[in-house]
Amino acid sequence: MLAFEAPVTFDTHPDRYKHWRLSFDGPVATLAMDVAEDAGIKPGYKLKLNSYDLGVDIELHDALQRIRFEHPTVRSVVITSLKDRIFCSGANIFMLGMSSHAWKVNFCKFTNETRNGIEDASAHSGLKFLAACNGTTAGGGYELALACDEILLIDDRSSAVSLPEVSLLGVMPGTGGLTRLTDKRKVRRDHADIFCTTPEGVRATRAKAWKLVDDTEKSRDFPGAVARRAAALAEASDRPRQANGVELTPLSRTIDETGYHYAYVDVCIDRKARSATITVGGPPRPQPSDPEALLALGAAWWPLAMARELDDAILMLRTNDLDIGMWLLKSRGNAGDVLAADASLVAHRDHWFVRETIGMLRRTLARLDVSSRSMFAILDESSCFAGTLLELALAADRSYMLLANDPAAGPHVTLSAVNFGMYSEVNGRSRIETRFCGEPEPIERLRAAAGTPLDTAAAVETGLITAAPDELDWDEELRMALEERASLSPDALSGLEANLRFPLFETMETRIFGRLSAWQNWIFTRPNAAGERGALKAFGTGAKAAFDWDRV
Amino acid sequence: MDVTYQDRIPNNVGLAENRSLQRALEHWQPEFLNWWDDMGPAGSRALDVYLRTAISVEKNGWANFDYVKMQDYRWGIFLNPAQPDRKVNFGVHKGQPAWQAVPGEYRSNLRRIIVTQGDTEPASVEQQRHLGHTCPSLYDLRNLYQINVEEGRHLWAMVYLLHAYFGRDGREESEALLERRSGDQDNPRILGAFNEKTPDWLSFFMFTFFTDRDGKFQLCALAESGFDPLARTTRFMLTEEAHHMFVGETGVGRIVQRTAQVMAREKTDDPQKLRALGVIDLPTLQRYLNFHYSITLDLFGSDLSSNAATFYATGLKGRYNESKIDDDHVLRDVEHPVLDLEDGRLVTRPAPMLNALNERLRDDYIKDTIAGVGRWNRQIEKEGVPAKLEVPHRAFNRRIGPLAAARIDPDGRVVSEAEWAARQDEWLPGASDRAYVASLMGRVVEPGAFANWIAPPPKGIHYRPLDFEYVRFA
Ligand SMILES: [Fe+2]
Ligand SMILES: [Fe+2]
Repeated sequence: MLAFEAPVTFDTHPDRYKHWRLSFDGPVATLAMDVAEDAGIKPGYKLKLNSYDLGVDIELHDALQRIRFEHPTVRSVVITSLKDRIFCSGANIFMLGMSSHAWKVNFCKFTNETRNGIEDASAHSGLKFLAACNGTTAGGGYELALACDEILLIDDRSSAVSLPEVSLLGVMPGTGGLTRLTDKRKVRRDHADIFCTTPEGVRATRAKAWKLVDDTEKSRDFPGAVARRAAALAEASDRPRQANGVELTPLSRTIDETGYHYAYVDVCIDRKARSATITVGGPPRPQPSDPEALLALGAAWWPLAMARELDDAILMLRTNDLDIGMWLLKSRGNAGDVLAADASLVAHRDHWFVRETIGMLRRTLARLDVSSRSMFAILDESSCFAGTLLELALAADRSYMLLANDPAAGPHVTLSAVNFGMYSEVNGRSRIETRFCGEPEPIERLRAAAGTPLDTAAAVETGLITAAPDELDWDEELRMALEERASLSPDALSGLEANLRFPLFETMETRIFGRLSAWQNWIFTRPNAAGERGALKAFGTGAKAAFDWDRV
Repeated sequence: MDVTYQDRIPNNVGLAENRSLQRALEHWQPEFLNWWDDMGPAGSRALDVYLRTAISVEKNGWANFDYVKMQDYRWGIFLNPAQPDRKVNFGVHKGQPAWQAVPGEYRSNLRRIIVTQGDTEPASVEQQRHLGHTCPSLYDLRNLYQINVEEGRHLWAMVYLLHAYFGRDGREESEALLERRSGDQDNPRILGAFNEKTPDWLSFFMFTFFTDRDGKFQLCALAESGFDPLARTTRFMLTEEAHHMFVGETGVGRIVQRTAQVMAREKTDDPQKLRALGVIDLPTLQRYLNFHYSITLDLFGSDLSSNAATFYATGLKGRYNESKIDDDHVLRDVEHPVLDLEDGRLVTRPAPMLNALNERLRDDYIKDTIAGVGRWNRQIEKEGVPAKLEVPHRAFNRRIGPLAAARIDPDGRVVSEAEWAARQDEWLPGASDRAYVASLMGRVVEPGAFANWIAPPPKGIHYRPLDFEYVRFA
């Protein structure tokens, strides 16, 4: 048997948090950061001054999920710190300095997704966030605050908000910070320029004047101000006053040398071919449609259970299987049951639990869109690409659908209402709309076809599917396509796919993933940051970074 | 099923058991026959031609001679017998088992190699389609048709590979092979020489001597391929290519022989006198030779080629006689001389061998060609005539690669544009040469008779006498 390194997992529970305290006071939840210095997810660095690494962010992500599902009556969330005079000093520099490029990139992607998740909860779930910056708020700490609806900064004559990445580390505020300054907070570009090149940052008065924070409060009045703002934010929420939560039970997952195996999702890794087949199953039996019955099922309700498993599978693959560059997306199950579950999602979309489940599906599918892996959907004989599951095929870079000798007995795809806007990508558009670059004609044709099973010819004809090899060609065609893909430069493919997946439509999130991350990832590979004498390595050693002064 | 397929399409590729291949060929065959009707030998539908048909790869598989209407020719599909445990013999995959299926990584390069080779096969049939009207004998007419049907079979061989190994892309490429047309401005064949006209029989013999010989060297290089089906297919094609070169070499040889005989008899080398006597003077033959030689050299591709390097390094296309060469078969850090222009002069300089592999294959071709031209000169000698045909400098009249940037005469001298314009009719066939050769093209179809400008061959085909009715007219 192959000895394999224990993979990083994303499993945690509030009882086991090392870095955060989650507490509740009526409709207000408080997430307080209290990072344990010696509890980094990898050895070799200390998480001083409330700095974070992937492990800290995994807990933050888990806490947000718990608030969404287990605490439906929470209406606002205060993000603050238990450390004295320090809110958060951002990503741990020593961790960044010693991490591989791939680790840095993947870490930033996950933290970006988590911060986007905060904004997603505000936009879609009625959860409002207050950053209660009770001390120094630097770098990634300020970027976390930027993801909240409001920022309240303590005015103690010393605490500042800052983005010192450029000055101190030779990199950028790459976890959305730069983009949110302008796009979200409408900070003027010259102010942003000064702010981002002033390592000590900006203190209360000017921070407010430049719109870097919403308000400031003297130390003495700070707790009261936080409580008042949190209560006001809670008041504006549309979350239920009375409701029982749904417990997010641990995932049933086994890990072995063949991959990751869940109840509805199976990941089978072919290490030689550098590919993983991700098979997503439909409901095992018809799901109930009455909200009370759905609540009774809780985390076992198929859409939620499947989404959680798929989410975990994506994160596991991204973090632990860097060289598995090709994801083959397959589906299994009964299309009728999937479509019935979709109908419940649509019918009860305003019910808090259904709304959260839709959100979970939306964010999980959005993770696919920004994964730096080639994705081919395989629509074989037993496939079940209907409604929600069809999104997998629409997320793929290409899709291959079997052209059966008897088309009636071959695979079909079926669109449902969920395909037209419920699962928007980070560009704010549906995958159908994105696929056709917003051209109304093909989109309207597909809308008219919703509910009708489309055979392979119709799927090709309407542009849903890339290619349709027949039974005689199928095996060889796929083998060659996969081998060909696997032989191409992984970097060029990541760039190609990221560009083609997001045509036309830009949002703050696409700019974070596209422009900001792309620049940041370039800077991360440059000797000026990551070289032996680069700024990231030099930080904290007393040595001065040595730059190659040529502008590129 | 088995019997029918074996009968209609003789093969050793298990066609009867291969549904996908059957389906592909069933669709393609009618299109091929339409193409043959449109672009194959003109006015040949009613003719019964004494042709050989390959029905197996056994020793005697070739010896099937009979009268056939060409449209009913049984174009077969044959691979040389498999060599057990064959390995990739060169490049970065050297020593690994030869590929029995297309490695996805090399799909497009392999497809391109096969399509480029495949495109030449129907092209030459198109180029030669009107020659039947002006044949110098039934014997020669039959040889022309034999070559035509075999070029058709070569097309089948390449289409087999495309159909069997490249899925839908392969089928589309197969159709495109029937859609391009030699010499068509808008839809030409891929390679330059295959868009030239073959207007007369001297051109035809020159073409089969020079250009089919390019085919031989390309096929030899592909017969070394790590993609085993390509290696085995091209290996078998070489048996036919040898016959095409035989037709070219003996065809030009018989013309040379006839001219030398008349020169000796009349004791003259005056082209005007010889033309008056109805034979083709040696300077005219030299100019045709110069033309066909130089445009064929271009077929080998650019002197420095990154494609050639890639094809070799990835095990797709080897060198001539790769397996017999004694070196590391990887060729990293090896150099090879190539010609270049520097300040208007030809210079030789070393280049990385991998990039110079086209040049290397051209070297092998040139050696082979010089030997063939030497055999023509012996015909002249035999008649006691003190004259010689010569292979021009390799840089002469090149249209691709760095040498295309200058005008270079047959001795390898860089000349001015003005000198080229003034003297090109000394070096290349001009309008008056072509007109003269065209004037000789009659139509000789009485059994045993030969046109005046060409000597009869020493013997007939397949033990048949010279006056055998090689082609029957209905
Ligand atoms: Fe040929
Ligand atoms: Fe030939």
